[in-house]
Amino acid sequence: MVMQIFATSPKILNSVSHDFWPLLPEIFLLTAASVLLLIDAFSTDMDRKLSYKLAQFILLVTGVILLFQFPTSQDFLYHRHFIHDPLSATLKISMLVLTSLSLMFARPYILQRRILRGEYYLLHLFALLGMMVLVSGSSLLSLYLGLELMSLCLYALVAMNRREKLSSEAAVKYFVMGAIASGFILYGISFVYGVTGQIHVADIAAYLSDNEANLTLRFALVFIVTGLAFKFGAVPFQMWVPDVYQGAPTSTTVFLASAPKVAAFGLAIRVLVFAFAGAIADWQNLLIILSVLSMVVGNLVALAQTNIKRLLAYSAIAHIGYFLLGLIAGNTQGYSASLFYILTYAITTVGAFGCLIYMAKGQQEISQIDDLKGLGQRNPWAGLLVSFLFLSMAGLPPFVGFWAKLEVIKAVLNVDGLIWLALVAAFMSIIGLFYYLRVVKVIFFDKAKNEARIRAERSLRLGLGITSIAVIALGLFPTQLLDFCQKAFQYI
Amino acid sequence: MSLTHYLVVSAILFAISIVGIVVNRKNVITLLMCIELMLLAVNTNFIAFSRYLDDATGQIFVFFILTVAAAEAAIGLAILVVLFRTHRNIEIDNLEELKG
Repeated sequence: MVMQIFATSPKILNSVSHDFWPLLPEIFLLTAASVLLLIDAFSTDMDRKLSYKLAQFILLVTGVILLFQFPTSQDFLYHRHFIHDPLSATLKISMLVLTSLSLMFARPYILQRRILRGEYYLLHLFALLGMMVLVSGSSLLSLYLGLELMSLCLYALVAMNRREKLSSEAAVKYFVMGAIASGFILYGISFVYGVTGQIHVADIAAYLSDNEANLTLRFALVFIVTGLAFKFGAVPFQMWVPDVYQGAPTSTTVFLASAPKVAAFGLAIRVLVFAFAGAIADWQNLLIILSVLSMVVGNLVALAQTNIKRLLAYSAIAHIGYFLLGLIAGNTQGYSASLFYILTYAITTVGAFGCLIYMAKGQQEISQIDDLKGLGQRNPWAGLLVSFLFLSMAGLPPFVGFWAKLEVIKAVLNVDGLIWLALVAAFMSIIGLFYYLRVVKVIFFDKAKNEARIRAERSLRLGLGITSIAVIALGLFPTQLLDFCQKAFQYI
Repeated sequence: MSLTHYLVVSAILFAISIVGIVVNRKNVITLLMCIELMLLAVNTNFIAFSRYLDDATGQIFVFFILTVAAAEAAIGLAILVVLFRTHRNIEIDNLEELKG
């Protein structure tokens, strides 16, 4: 059997080699996180300063390894369960940066609460490991395992604030919804395996190019897309998003709202584009429904919110709607527009939730929009940076959110018969403008209840500074990142 | 017994688990049981297909699913303990503070 494979394709020869260089970031992250687990267990440091510093150091080293081995070709390795291509490297590096930023925001938040434990950092690292496996999975098995490793860590992170009623409620809801999503994806995978007899994405694609997608395979595709929609939080599978965003500790929400979305994008690309490119007409229609519903429901319900975390949650749902437009376009231009969208959105949302941590004083939480009143007077710089983030989410130029929206809408306009979709997107983003501008108005024009200046830790100021400057810099010079996103898709 | 019989059984199991999650208004433990049932339905599917296709991949996939299901059950029960400590019960009707 093995000899046969050797004989048929020289490319597969590569896959049997035992060169661990492409897998080094994952191996290093796993080993280092396990060592950190041991160090943390024996550490007497109550502040967990050492664990935090080591976690950031591990992220830095993993990032350096990733940059060093940035691939220039697309290789299927390790019996074709692992794909090493520019797309996976791009996604991994961005998730790493997002994780590092989330830890920066989390540190001062958990210091003041009773969630300060070494596990908090470790769960981030293991979730990142799962996401890295996920984005470079090239068989349904490795995709599933990566997805589960990520999700299990996230469930635990949401439940981390053990004494808080809302947290445990959010954790139960998140766990049940996440488990249902995994179940749906798996049920779909089982039918894909049954019809094609294959679990590698390349083999499924080969099957689809020789055969028409039959009814069972379409049935499987519906289950997989439903599961994906659960993970993304697209309408009508969005019910967990606001509850979890609100109930989870804010430091967890920062992470939950950013890096896993990027990873879910990787999953969607691997399954829909790499495996099911032959059934594009089928999943396109499903995604159109999800996208329109998400844009409409997300934006309209966000108008009625008074809780800032719920507002951001509904805005996340709406953003997923815009983001799906690029996938719907179904060509390289569309995919790279989606990648650009999800990356810039993730950076913006990290900053927006980070601002809630920045405003929180001691044990107090920021939960209502009114709590942001007068931020502009109390700390003009912070007020300005935070309003940049919200304006970028609204999609106003010159911030990066504008270019992201423009790119996905352009991608859809290039597809025949989908002009109405672009119009819906443009119209809904005008409605969206209203609630983002309301937040900016509260920040600058409403009188503060509490005039005291805000003093924040250095890591918070640094994190907020990095995200808002990134939003402006990318808004002024979007071409570099856009080129980068296009290069990631050169092998499709 | 043909392949169809097995597929029907697994479809019924899957449907029972979905209905159980949607209809159940009493207890969170029942939810966990439904989730396990869902994964078992998937396993039945995989084994039936594996036997039908005469290919071991499906059975190996099942091993992985079983392992992940065990980890998932552990996390689920841990979250349940946290829920019980904060709410003093595990009834679903009490999970209503987050809404809007």
